[in-house]
Amino acid sequence: MTTIDTSHLVAMFAAIATAMSADRDRLCALDGVIGDADHGIAMELGFSAARDAVAALDTETTDPATLLNTAAKSFLNAVGASSGPLYATAFMRGAAAVKGKATLDDADVVALFQAMAKGIQDRGKAELGEKTMIDAWVPAAQAAGEALTSGKDLAGSLEAAAQAAKAGAEATKAMVATKGRASRLGERSLGHMDPGAASAVTVIEAMRVALTT
Amino acid sequence: MQTKKIINDGNRAVDEMLEGILAAHPRHLKSVDGSPRSIVARDGPRQGKVGLVIGGGSGHEPSFLGFVGKGLADAAAIGNVFASPPPDPILECAKAVSGGAGVLFMYGNYAGDVMNFDMAAEMAAMDDIEVRTVLSTDDVASAPRDQRHKRRGVAGNFFIFKAAGAACDRMLSFDECERIAGKANDHTFTMGVALSPCSLPQTRRPNFEIGPDEMEIGMGIHGEPGIAREKLKTADEITDEMLDRILDEMAPARGDKVAVLVNSLGSTPLMELYIMNRRVKQRLDQIGVSIHASWVGNYCTSLEMAGASITLHRLDGELQTMLDHPCDCAMFRAG
Repeated sequence: MTTIDTSHLVAMFAAIATAMSADRDRLCALDGVIGDADHGIAMELGFSAARDAVAALDTETTDPATLLNTAAKSFLNAVGASSGPLYATAFMRGAAAVKGKATLDDADVVALFQAMAKGIQDRGKAELGEKTMIDAWVPAAQAAGEALTSGKDLAGSLEAAAQAAKAGAEATKAMVATKGRASRLGERSLGHMDPGAASAVTVIEAMRVALTT
Repeated sequence: MQTKKIINDGNRAVDEMLEGILAAHPRHLKSVDGSPRSIVARDGPRQGKVGLVIGGGSGHEPSFLGFVGKGLADAAAIGNVFASPPPDPILECAKAVSGGAGVLFMYGNYAGDVMNFDMAAEMAAMDDIEVRTVLSTDDVASAPRDQRHKRRGVAGNFFIFKAAGAACDRMLSFDECERIAGKANDHTFTMGVALSPCSLPQTRRPNFEIGPDEMEIGMGIHGEPGIAREKLKTADEITDEMLDRILDEMAPARGDKVAVLVNSLGSTPLMELYIMNRRVKQRLDQIGVSIHASWVGNYCTSLEMAGASITLHRLDGELQTMLDHPCDCAMFRAG
């Protein structure tokens, strides 16, 4: 059983920000094919802001929910765009799922993860198969829950989530966009991975590594 | 290879631009204290008047903040390049212009803008400011005719905001301002064409690829792919191709009146815009549609993209009154 506290979450946001900076140009290029080429910029900016905001908190006196709400607000105000409301809602819902807890056990982290996916889905009003980040987040959350139920620990559960996210993002290549900017492309979006799903894989993989290794 | 730009730091480009704009237009514009991305008209907002807040991503200058001023928009919320502003600066705009009669949010129909403005509207409601939203959906190329509500908002914002701003300035009721804004949108049709890409200050890389002899009809103002990629044609042929689609939808009758906007996406010069406008006039003359007023120039750009858009705004008595209503903004004056 892993125990996650506020300082682990500070490290997690630092890890996501590092991963997003490394991935920025690839995400912009993916977005340039079917969108407006700025997705990597927004994601790097948002997670850098979240990293800096949570790094400034006192980990001794801050609980995980407060940290997640701080990350949400800083991400949102740095970015706007589509990813701002979507990831801010994810972290706010995650905060609500772990409200009042000083440390998080395996089931708490999986609940946080599932709440993030639900938050993104509620805010974006997208369904599976519409070629959005939901196609990575929803199967990932489902896989994490199933792995935990089947007796896996946090490492096993987040490993299942990361695999499912990758498969989900890969599957967006065969989808025609009906939501977001790419929806204006119709059939021409076929064959290209959705940039929001691609960045979801990067976020989820960075969370997995930071929280379980 | 990186594109050439006159900037200091790509991440500071928007804020440094705003500093320059406030320095150039102190008589018209100010920022809200503590919220530098909320730009408010010095003259305009007042008690009993419906407030009009517009906004969107940067990179489209003079949209959106150039249309802030007496008789047009009361405030603009400024986002990063091609990205919606977050809810906080939008909320600060709403608070700054609220005169107790309600606040209209007007912006182009993009998923990110809708989420951020809706969140701001929910926050404003908690401060007892009633917000209503009218989205602009004038880009004919961005969705089929029976899905008008899914279309993007582009250069036609100019006419749509103008009508709404006039209605607000004439102290009409919240219901009337909302109705006129929606009607102005229904009467506005835009088609664009792109010849070469733009590049964001943070990446300085072209945001799409296009052959040296190609153009893309219907491309969006952020480089969203359009409806057809073709070999570059003559100005008259391009103008005809764009107008055919607009006129097919607008279905004007002989004797109808329109206002015309021929807009550069950034680097296409006035010479080319006026050549297009010449053809617009010829075509409208042929079908007996008269031009009440024309604007030719940079009104809704896409950084340094090459290309242009044509917008027709079909007038009736009411919309003509709104169009002719005087306004005095930082980058636009009429009447």
